[in-house]
Amino acid sequence: MTATAKPVWLDIGPITQIEPGMAATLPVEGGEEIAVFHTMGGEFYALVNKCPHKQGPLSQGIVHGDSVSCPLHNWRISLKSGKALGDDEGCTPTIPLKVDAGRIYLLREAVVPGKAPPLASALAA
Amino acid sequence: MNAQSTIVVQGKEKLVVIGNGMAGCRAVEEVLERDPDRFEVTIFGAEPRVNYNRIMLSPVLAGEKTFDEIVLNTAEWYDENGITLVSGDPVREIDRDSKKVIAASGKAEPYDKLLIATGSDPFIVPVPGHDLPGVVTFRDLDDVDRMLAAAEKGGEAVVIGGGLLGLEAAHGLTLRGMKVTVIHLMPTLMERQLDEAAGYLLRQELESRGQTIMTSANTKEILGADGHVVAVELDDGTRIRADIVVMAVGIRPSTGLAKSAGLDCERGILVDDHMVTSDPDILAVGECVQHRGLCYGLVAPLWDMCRALADHVTDRPSGYQGSVTSTKLKVSGIDLFSAGDFGGGEDCEDIVMRDAARGVYKRVVLKDNRVIGAVLYGDTADGNWYFDLLKKEEDVSDIREALIFGQAFASGGALADPNAAVAALSDDAEICGCNGVSKGKVVQCISGGAHSVDAVRSQCKASASCGSCTSLVESLLQITLGGEVESGPLTLCKCTSFTHDDVRRLIIEKGLKEIPQVMQELHWTTPDGCSACRPALNYYLLCAWPAEYQDDEKSRFVNERLHANIQKDGTYSVVPRMWGGLTNPRELRAIADVVEKYDAPMVKVTGGQRLDIFGIKKEDLPAVWADLNAAGMVSGHAYGKALRTVKTCVGSEWCRFGTQDSTGLGVKLEQATWGSYMPHKFKMAVSGCPRNCAEATIKDFGVVCVDSGYELHVGGNGGIKVRATDLLCKVETEEEAMRTCLAFIQLYREDAHYLERTAPWLERKGLDWIKAQLFDDPERIGRLAARFRISQKYWQVDPWERRAAGHQRNLHRHLATIRPELEEA
Repeated sequence: MTATAKPVWLDIGPITQIEPGMAATLPVEGGEEIAVFHTMGGEFYALVNKCPHKQGPLSQGIVHGDSVSCPLHNWRISLKSGKALGDDEGCTPTIPLKVDAGRIYLLREAVVPGKAPPLASALAA
Repeated sequence: MNAQSTIVVQGKEKLVVIGNGMAGCRAVEEVLERDPDRFEVTIFGAEPRVNYNRIMLSPVLAGEKTFDEIVLNTAEWYDENGITLVSGDPVREIDRDSKKVIAASGKAEPYDKLLIATGSDPFIVPVPGHDLPGVVTFRDLDDVDRMLAAAEKGGEAVVIGGGLLGLEAAHGLTLRGMKVTVIHLMPTLMERQLDEAAGYLLRQELESRGQTIMTSANTKEILGADGHVVAVELDDGTRIRADIVVMAVGIRPSTGLAKSAGLDCERGILVDDHMVTSDPDILAVGECVQHRGLCYGLVAPLWDMCRALADHVTDRPSGYQGSVTSTKLKVSGIDLFSAGDFGGGEDCEDIVMRDAARGVYKRVVLKDNRVIGAVLYGDTADGNWYFDLLKKEEDVSDIREALIFGQAFASGGALADPNAAVAALSDDAEICGCNGVSKGKVVQCISGGAHSVDAVRSQCKASASCGSCTSLVESLLQITLGGEVESGPLTLCKCTSFTHDDVRRLIIEKGLKEIPQVMQELHWTTPDGCSACRPALNYYLLCAWPAEYQDDEKSRFVNERLHANIQKDGTYSVVPRMWGGLTNPRELRAIADVVEKYDAPMVKVTGGQRLDIFGIKKEDLPAVWADLNAAGMVSGHAYGKALRTVKTCVGSEWCRFGTQDSTGLGVKLEQATWGSYMPHKFKMAVSGCPRNCAEATIKDFGVVCVDSGYELHVGGNGGIKVRATDLLCKVETEEEAMRTCLAFIQLYREDAHYLERTAPWLERKGLDWIKAQLFDDPERIGRLAARFRISQKYWQVDPWERRAAGHQRNLHRHLATIRPELEEA
């Protein structure tokens, strides 16, 4: 068996914390704040909470389909790819997310700044 | 027990199967089909019976099938194939070193190849009372028997979980005569399989069958009395009586045995493409496995897995590539189909068709000209066709235009072009069912000069009612005029072919009271709208049904959702109301305290005669509001498409030129109108004399006091395009001024398009039209004002007070904070 490091997932709590059509925020000390979205179609996505245009907080935008409209200037950002849609150009980093047994997990290495090997997770509410 | 099972028959390998369910038996069948003499097979089953079709338990519960009818493998099958069945004696341990399994009875069975097919376990929500007698799951025949026993006594059943299984259980119990309540955690039923629109239709249908459906409902506790369940209590304190509680919230791969044997497991038992686990002699198949990151809870993937497994153990490896699954709800009379990925996305294209009259919703999702998902409600005849296109990944560009109409239409060769299909219709074919307009009549109308959809609508009424034939009318315009179609009035947004006026009219006419209902009845072409139509619909509905409508936070722009103005750095500014621009030491002290306490970097006097506190974080907003509320201040709605300010001058009380009490009238106007949502922001002013210090003639509604009374001005705007007001009328008393103001506001609220200020609205409609609406019928003005007051009864609430008290707390706080340096602790 090869010794590839297993991905480490951070448990950020139950899916019921975010209503469909809404988003929640997760500040990261020393890193970029993350926005976690729950679409009306029932999908979950995580993005850095910054519009590529003028860094507007995407978490506060209106979620429709699999996109969010930035609250500052109405740029439409894909929740799947982080890319600006329509005629606008730019991209917001996405964070790999999975839902398992009713809980949301984010890929640790994409959340935590720096290199750091996998460690046990710690969340402060 | 079979004594021979410990004797190794010469030349045959021993295959032991843990799990006598659909996966285990199917795998054995596949192996026997390929090489009947290779293995000596022993199957261990936990249930004391032969293998049956688990997915048919719902029809058994509903009384549509008997157990005998759903048996898959009879006792003869085991005998004929020389299979030893050890039923009712579950395996407790796998000893990989000596390659044997040990059952609960102590019986040990050696293996050469071991197949784990343990399936899944129902997930039990660990609320208090979950282990009370009368709380059952819905997984095997024993569960069905328990439900049937309860149903025999009648009474009330609560089903926790509004997914596939839960709804099938609810259906069965309803047919068995119980009064059923379904409690679902998420806002949409079957949210894994359905989008909001289809979920809405399903809910309506189930409710019409007498079930009570409670969504966004979280079970807090299951209550018992005398050792039996009696009720379920929700988070919000609601209690629902229950003689039986069915827990159907989901399943988990059953991995206990595999884990304790040291096999690699994550959510399920990890297998490769040949269904081999981390031990090359141990295979696994079915709901207990995790293949390429996915666990399946449906039956179709199982067949593919079993084929790959059998190919592998008979040395003809093929490999399992994963499955695309589809779902159908087994509830008689409800046609519902879903398959693939319908989450949408930027490179995906939605084709939506809604037929409100037939209760049909169809949505097909395309990516790179290939079908990747489909949701069908009400008409699932083409479900398999879409699923087939999806699995084959066929390029559908040639039939794209006709795809949504189904296989019969799309594969009709030349008819694949909808224009050609319409051209082929006979002259007397009906185009508009609502108004009985034939194709010949529409063509005649177009030839007679109606060169737009709107012109056709007004001249021959085709597509003027429900609008579902709009695309047919458009086709006829194109065929008849050859591409010289005039574009009609702007639609509300690109999700609909209706204009703002159409939508507002139809909301009232059809009595539409929720956003998903509007989208379904008016044939929205997107599943859940866009950032243009959602806020508009939310406003139109709250304006039309002030007493009943529940505000939809997710259809609000950020400022209206957080009741503050977002700034470029993501912080917010807060403007408390100052009635008519008046303030006092207590208010000023409270504002000063807030500025210091929350370290606000700036305070500014606004153009609307109040104070704006800048740089407040969203987390601090409720505390800021609590402090301002404590000093008697309420929201200034400086963020809303709503009544903003009433600017005043000091008037006759102080000013030597003042003719009337302009400050007092301003305060009265503001107290009557604050809190009202409008199509756009709405500003007022009252000036005490024609010198007009309050700048009343660039407001939406302005009062200029004169010696003989009050001049009322409307439609002014100081924004990008400055517009001075038009004089609406002159009145003699304050009461008349107040009443005219309320009536004018209500007319604007009921007629203007969302995001249309009074200035463009007035120019579009004309001052004469507005005067006619207000003054032609002397009763009308009173009725308008009365409707405004009714709306205020429900909507004149301080949103800050509710938030400060903890309402919608989640909007103001972070989910959590991630602190990397703490992780090692």
